[in-house]
Amino acid sequence: MQESYFWLGPNEWLAVRLSIKVAFWATLISLPFGILVAYILARRTFPGKQILNGLVHLPLILPPVVTGYLLLLTFGPMGPIGRLLEPLGLTVAFRWTGASLAAGIMGFPLLVRSLRLSFELIDPGLERAAATLGASPAWIFMSVSLPLALPGLLAGSTLAFAKAMGEFGATITFVANIPGETQTLPSAIYALLQVPGGEGPALKLILVSVVLSFSALLLSEFLNRRLASGLTRT
Amino acid sequence: MKIEIDLCLQQGRFTLDATFSVPSGLTVIFGRSGSGKTTLINAVAGLLKPDRGQIKVGETVLFDAASRISLPPRKRRLGYIFQDARLFPHLSVQRNLFYGRRLIPARGRTGDQDQVIEMLGLRSLLNQYPAHLSGGEKQRVAIGRALLASPDLILADEPLAALDLPRKLEILPYFERIRDEMGVPILYVTHSAAEVARLATTVVVLDGGRVTQVGPASEVLSDPNVVPTGVRSVGSVLQATLVSHHEDGLSELDAGGVALFVPRVDRPIGTRMRMRISAHEVILSNRMPEGLSALNVIPGTVGSIRAGEGPGALVTLQTQSGPIVARITQRSANLLGLAPGTQAFAIVKSVAIAPEDIGGGGSSAPTGIL
Repeated sequence: MQESYFWLGPNEWLAVRLSIKVAFWATLISLPFGILVAYILARRTFPGKQILNGLVHLPLILPPVVTGYLLLLTFGPMGPIGRLLEPLGLTVAFRWTGASLAAGIMGFPLLVRSLRLSFELIDPGLERAAATLGASPAWIFMSVSLPLALPGLLAGSTLAFAKAMGEFGATITFVANIPGETQTLPSAIYALLQVPGGEGPALKLILVSVVLSFSALLLSEFLNRRLASGLTRT
Repeated sequence: MKIEIDLCLQQGRFTLDATFSVPSGLTVIFGRSGSGKTTLINAVAGLLKPDRGQIKVGETVLFDAASRISLPPRKRRLGYIFQDARLFPHLSVQRNLFYGRRLIPARGRTGDQDQVIEMLGLRSLLNQYPAHLSGGEKQRVAIGRALLASPDLILADEPLAALDLPRKLEILPYFERIRDEMGVPILYVTHSAAEVARLATTVVVLDGGRVTQVGPASEVLSDPNVVPTGVRSVGSVLQATLVSHHEDGLSELDAGGVALFVPRVDRPIGTRMRMRISAHEVILSNRMPEGLSALNVIPGTVGSIRAGEGPGALVTLQTQSGPIVARITQRSANLLGLAPGTQAFAIVKSVAIAPEDIGGGGSSAPTGIL
């Protein structure tokens, strides 16, 4: 125990750093997809819209173990996508990237819900006004819709990040519980609670996760309020 | 530059079926709410797609069902001024103003940007955000944004309807200037007779999705069978020149040789003015009245008397200043012995001419457009 930060042991510290890394990438990678899906759900009508909506929300209602197992089936070394990724050097099963994937998918519904709500609140008249002023659909999206959805984007990202930090079921099913590779905070807490005398260190990690989640939530509220006061809607 | 419109558009149970052709200048689409005005203007903007027909501005075909042409809104070179301004709340006034202008190549930009900003008095607002602007300021920015987009056609959908009277009076003159100085055709939707009288080069009357009349404001507003917003909107439109300002707060106008007094108009002497006189504000007399508080007495000859369904009648008096319509009772018309060809005097109180009824006036379009 020569390497300890504050009052966390090196293993605990490792789990904290890994969790932050996993959650960060999970959120970042799901953002473009989340924005696209949320915008389509908010602004377009097409056959199968309800199916897309259902798929997005599936991770919210399925038992996380099931989601994790389905991920293992598709992205595992034998899975249809996993097999395609392997030659490219992209293995996700039992790697921290896989933990990110699982965490991203579990946080995805939260991101989309919040963004979709933001897009729906934008007066379509503003987008039409932009069109009459000569803006292409892509430019309207970049210059009007997306900036106006910023509060939802921030709130959704924070929620997704917090969710990713706390993801356990799908992660442990998909990528197991390997210290330094896939052992995130919740996995580490779980592992500590399995061994006699682990409650003490577990409690520290529990405290850390409470603080991290709570700060994320506060940050989101703060950003939201700053934005709201900046662009009070007309 | 002619605007030619011939379109049919079904929206639920409502059908818009409008065909008309108007010269350049400011064309008012005049009608009650639900008459299809906004549908029409949105079809011209490309925000709604007609089922059939053609829309042409000058030589540019914006829409032609037969040859499957339908330019998207962004390619129509529009300046659309909405009733609710629709400023982008996350952009400063400056960036709102230049939103459209930035999207066109420099050589395609028309109008001097500084001049537009000066004209609309926006210089001091450039760094503000829309949330901090008053209703009138927002609408001024919206007008500026539309003008700076270098439009080939300006569309305005009841741009004053959401404003209170002082704000309306603040914005109206800008439309007069745009009409008289920019040389860009304007389609202007309204249900206000005062705006028709002040702004219209040509009026297109829309009722139940159909065009019922196309003509100059004076013609449309004096005809109770055509005015879509009810008999209380009937009135006459006179052209006059501002002659002098009097110390007692009145301004003197010359309307075809007749002196008319109205509450002070803040324009330079010599300005051409247009003024609307509501038919129900006009009193008729069969001889020169004496001992009357009303300042404006205009002699003329009775042209026509149209009895309404109720007790009222509309009497048109041909005067030196132009036709003046008076709404009186049929009983009065009989008591005075009014008949086509008889002499009569129109009496109008100065204060009956509201500020929104009088403005700088480019000349009215030649009659008989269709």
